Amino acid sequence: MLKRRGVLKVLALSAALAAAGLTSQTAFAQTKTIKVGVLHSLSGTMAISETVLKDVTLMAIDEINAKGGVLGMQLEPVVVDPASNWPLFAEKARQLITQDKVAVVFGCWTSVSRKSVLPVFEELNGLLFYPVQYEGEELSKNVFYTGAAPNQQAIPAVEYLMSKEGGAAKRWVLLGTDYVYPRTTNKILRAFLHSKGVKDSDIDEKYTPFGHSDYQTIVADIKKFSAGGKTAVVSTINGDSNVPFYKELGNQGLKATDVPVVAFSVGEEELRGVDTKPLVGHLAAWNYFMSQKNPVNDAWKKQWAAYAKAKKLPNADKPLTNDPMEAAWIGIHMWKQAVEKAKSTDTDKVIAAMAGQTFKAPSGITSKMDEKNHHLHKSVFIGEVKADGQFNIVWQTKGPIKAQPWSPFIPGNDKKKDEPDGKTIITK
Amino acid sequence: MTSARLYGPKGWALLGAFAAFVFVVMPIFNLYVPQESSFHMSTYWVTLLGKILCYAIVAVAMDLVWGYAGILSLGHGLFFALGGYAFGMYLMRQIGSDGQYRQPMPDFMVFLDWKEFPWHWWNSDSFWWCAMLAVVVPGLLAYVFGYFAFRSRVKGVYFSIITQALTFAAMLAFFRNAMGFGGNNGFTDFRRILDIPIATPQMRMILCATSALLLIGVLLLGRWLVTSKFGRVLAAIRDAEARVMFCGYDTMYYKLFVWTLSAVICGIAGALYVPQVGIINPSEMSPANSIEIAIWVAVGGRGSLAGAALGAGLVNGAKSFFTQNYPEYWLFFLGAIFIAITLFLPQGVLGLVNRFRKS
Amino acid sequence: MNKGRFGGPFHMRTLITIVFALLSSGALSQEGKDIEKLAFGESDEKIEAIAALVASGTPKAAEVLQALADGELYTAGKRVLMVKGDTATDAVTGEKIASVPDEKEDITVNNRLRRELGAALAALKLISPQVEVRRSSVKELLNSAEPAMLPLVRKALAAESDPQIKAMLGQIAAALELRSEDRAARLAAVKKLADSNNASTKTLLLGFLNEEKDEELKSEARKSLSAIEGRLAWGERLGVIFTSVSLGSILLLAALGLAITYGLMGVINMAHGELIMIGAYATYVTQNLFKGSAHFDWYLIAAIPVAFLVSALVGMALERSVIRWLYGRPLETLLSTWGISLILIQAVRTIFGAQNVQVENPAFMSGGVEILTGIVLPWSRIVIIGFALFVLLGIWLLLNKTRLGLFVRGVTQNRDMASCVGVPTARVDTWAFGLGSGIAGLAGCALSQIGNVGPDLGQSYIVDSFMVVVLGGVGQLAGTVYAALGLGFANKLLEAWQGAVLAKIAVLIFIIIFIQKRPQGMFALKGRAVES
Repeated sequence: MLKRRGVLKVLALSAALAAAGLTSQTAFAQTKTIKVGVLHSLSGTMAISETVLKDVTLMAIDEINAKGGVLGMQLEPVVVDPASNWPLFAEKARQLITQDKVAVVFGCWTSVSRKSVLPVFEELNGLLFYPVQYEGEELSKNVFYTGAAPNQQAIPAVEYLMSKEGGAAKRWVLLGTDYVYPRTTNKILRAFLHSKGVKDSDIDEKYTPFGHSDYQTIVADIKKFSAGGKTAVVSTINGDSNVPFYKELGNQGLKATDVPVVAFSVGEEELRGVDTKPLVGHLAAWNYFMSQKNPVNDAWKKQWAAYAKAKKLPNADKPLTNDPMEAAWIGIHMWKQAVEKAKSTDTDKVIAAMAGQTFKAPSGITSKMDEKNHHLHKSVFIGEVKADGQFNIVWQTKGPIKAQPWSPFIPGNDKKKDEPDGKTIITK
Repeated sequence: MTSARLYGPKGWALLGAFAAFVFVVMPIFNLYVPQESSFHMSTYWVTLLGKILCYAIVAVAMDLVWGYAGILSLGHGLFFALGGYAFGMYLMRQIGSDGQYRQPMPDFMVFLDWKEFPWHWWNSDSFWWCAMLAVVVPGLLAYVFGYFAFRSRVKGVYFSIITQALTFAAMLAFFRNAMGFGGNNGFTDFRRILDIPIATPQMRMILCATSALLLIGVLLLGRWLVTSKFGRVLAAIRDAEARVMFCGYDTMYYKLFVWTLSAVICGIAGALYVPQVGIINPSEMSPANSIEIAIWVAVGGRGSLAGAALGAGLVNGAKSFFTQNYPEYWLFFLGAIFIAITLFLPQGVLGLVNRFRKS
Repeated sequence: MNKGRFGGPFHMRTLITIVFALLSSGALSQEGKDIEKLAFGESDEKIEAIAALVASGTPKAAEVLQALADGELYTAGKRVLMVKGDTATDAVTGEKIASVPDEKEDITVNNRLRRELGAALAALKLISPQVEVRRSSVKELLNSAEPAMLPLVRKALAAESDPQIKAMLGQIAAALELRSEDRAARLAAVKKLADSNNASTKTLLLGFLNEEKDEELKSEARKSLSAIEGRLAWGERLGVIFTSVSLGSILLLAALGLAITYGLMGVINMAHGELIMIGAYATYVTQNLFKGSAHFDWYLIAAIPVAFLVSALVGMALERSVIRWLYGRPLETLLSTWGISLILIQAVRTIFGAQNVQVENPAFMSGGVEILTGIVLPWSRIVIIGFALFVLLGIWLLLNKTRLGLFVRGVTQNRDMASCVGVPTARVDTWAFGLGSGIAGLAGCALSQIGNVGPDLGQSYIVDSFMVVVLGGVGQLAGTVYAALGLGFANKLLEAWQGAVLAKIAVLIFIIIFIQKRPQGMFALKGRAVES
């Protein structure tokens, strides 16, 4: 039985070492920097989307530091990799807040990762900036949502397709990957379409599993459905499945002029892996497009290209910007302004100072953080895919739209307050 | 035949030291040393240790079937997740009206416009009922699956592949909202157990200590099992099943027993895991997660229960370390471990330690 | 409408153009107005302008519309320019402009405009002397003809000589004449439409049934409708069969390599998916080498051997360095190859980046053949089915007609005996593993044409390919083929019935149950050993 003892010895030893190591860690926190956490997956399935958000956040930190930092202190990024693993997101969030003592965290992409870290931020009173369009139905005091809520992306897009200019679609295919964002968006859209007099028989809702790659049947079904009248497809297909879907569309000869597809998760970065010539005319709805012409955007694109080159990022030869990157960029700059206004990095003071912050965004508008609901006011742009993988903006809202995190098209939401309702964490 | 001792004196001493550390040292440094003190142990480490202890329990369960009975399961994540979901139902009910919608039903049901609970949520507000489900559901599934598989003498790689198919199918099913388990988002935002808030250092300490207690219990139970006659028959099945059958043993029931037991242990570990990490979602059932469980066992040392537990600790410790310090190299490192262990250390780290001790 | 905009250029019009436009100077200036409306107007005005230009039917109108469709029409200040390469022409005056101005702006074309434009161009081309041009324009018009085009269509119908085009034109004319005031014309149209195999005709007739009062016409319409529906149902069935075969061929390609490494050699290669991925990246690199060359379309042919060789070399290196030491320990092989797969994924991610890379289809792989209106069989799918057959044939020949194949089979059946009679078993293992890996590379080459090329490519195929091999049974190529096609059909039929998610789950459960019934797969090698 001698062998077994060794194990336990090792076990005890490592535990003791761990205990010794962890107790001494907090002693070094007194330096002249402000730590900020970056919580984006750098490996696993979400790395494809999230890596650039890490890079753009680091670029913003570099820029802020070069201009003298915040409150006279330099920002010190703490980058961790939650590896597309949802429990690990929660663990890393806790680590960033309690061990590294960061003032703020920029991170998350998927809804489930946000849901995973949310209780941690609420428990520890941390601050999270979430830069991706999402399904709404959530409002936390500890989170600022710099991406679009459904009424800032989905509904304007559908309104456009209903208009004469957008093709006056009468029938709708709501196609998505089977998870919460598509389900919620489609639920909201269905209610919205009902309110516009579209009947259920003219709406076809379809879902595919994650990573689905065979869209033959679906495209054939869309074709069949579209024979019954002017049809548009609203796609909430997630990341990787988009390429096979678009390739199948092109190959089966379904052109944008017959059945336009508007997507909410397809941007410049997603089109990088696609031969876009057959896709010309399909649409995307975002709050920012790389092809926008304004001085802020031109400067930002140039800065990003230079940064990508300097840091030897992959794809530096063809640097692209997209909507979540813009949202991340706005987020960190607004946080900086709020800290300077509050003269403190204290979570509650920064939250108070965030209300009404404005920032000149690359999308050409002056982006404003709502006084109450923790979401940005955003303009909505509809772009058509061009042959070079960029978008041609064909429509835009008159001005920025206020976010409705609680969609009025979901029953019961009319009673919800348009601000975090001061729910406290139960600790007693 | 002497009944083999569970552990030697040193083994007991180490186990005792571990228990003392978790049950005495940690609570003191975590709860009673003030936060400002540099000797304070942060709750972060408590939850991290609690999580790793749950993984260690799963590794021990895996080792029982793989190390001792030679059955490589690539679907143990499923049993773990089922236990987690079963107990998660209770945790969801305990949120009460504190969810985003401030309604008594879980948020995702409110959102789906469900007016009443689906049938499988029956009695889910009872702690004991859900605790029982966390044991019975994985056990029952394992029993039924194992019964048919072992009866048809599906073994070796075939068995591994169909367990993988099983967990993959379950993952796809749980992704569906219609299943009534919250779809891709799964269960989150837990607040209480037995009406006591979770987000307190005390509760986290209790959960961590419970995990440690379970790990010790499972180690003892497993040890007792594998040193008994039953354990020797299992090892014989692993090494030459046909000969054991020719000796007149009905190998199927031996395998079925240890397989079901292993699933039950995983289920309990899952139930303890969920309140500590704060989320359960279908990705726990992804085939990759289940393969990772096998690597914990291989790293620690197949055929040694304590080794399996150690392996879970080492790999997850390395994961936490690498994903913080060298995110790009984590997969290189993990992959290299897989290869190195199988090529050079078939007995795992423990085998290496023993080799040094001998020489 | 902003009339002020149109003032300027009219005075600029030169005498020469007026002389050229002897026919009617009024019409020409009208055309100029239309072109400017096209360039500067709002969408509605643009569409009016298109209609007017089509109605005029002049070559110049066609030229301007074509330029707009091709994105060659620009505005510069108040001028409208047609820019082709380095030469610019004023679209209104036809005057050549020495240098292309820098500050030219695109004329935004959205989907609505593009649709109108497409129909307009098609209508203009109906009387083209080339058969192919006419054919494509008729196809375009099948779904987009508008009542105003009826006279044009009639004219074209009268002049058409090609019987196929004539028939299609007849359909278009009939569809337009359904709304005719004349009862006889409607009757003829309804009868004519019975020959249609276009799904939108069905909708048209259903609408007609609702509006029409005349009972005789209604019963004729019903007859036509059922004829069309019958044909459409056949088309659909054909479509399902094709998609099933296509999915089956992809599964087959993905699984064939595995059938060799696992089926014949007993190696559980979890890195198989990554070998597929490497093949796809090899295709990508080959494509980049061909970029800009005139023979771009041939890159795919060149990529086939490249993908095969790269994957085969990686596979052989793996066999030599890792797998060799683990023969006879399948479960350990499984774990170490899983480790290899992680390293390969991360290596590719480090080299090529986490994002997907773009693999373009060669021209001959885009588009498809239309067997019925609406049922298109994409070329890429057809080519892949053919490619799968070709690979299958190749493997069969290799295993059954060559010395290496003989050795592989010998080693598979009895390693010791083969070694005794002088077969270099270790080398045969390496070659066979290389072969299996190379075939995975070929699969990657094919998959790059229909899906993503990214570091995670292999992960999405690994479970499926294992299912195919296990279901088919170890050691039998025939089993793999049947299993792949069977799963293709099962998946597609269930998907049509219950949706993609449930179909996938059902197929997995089916496999689990099937293995209980036949633990060795569909085609097990017969033997008497208790343990295999």
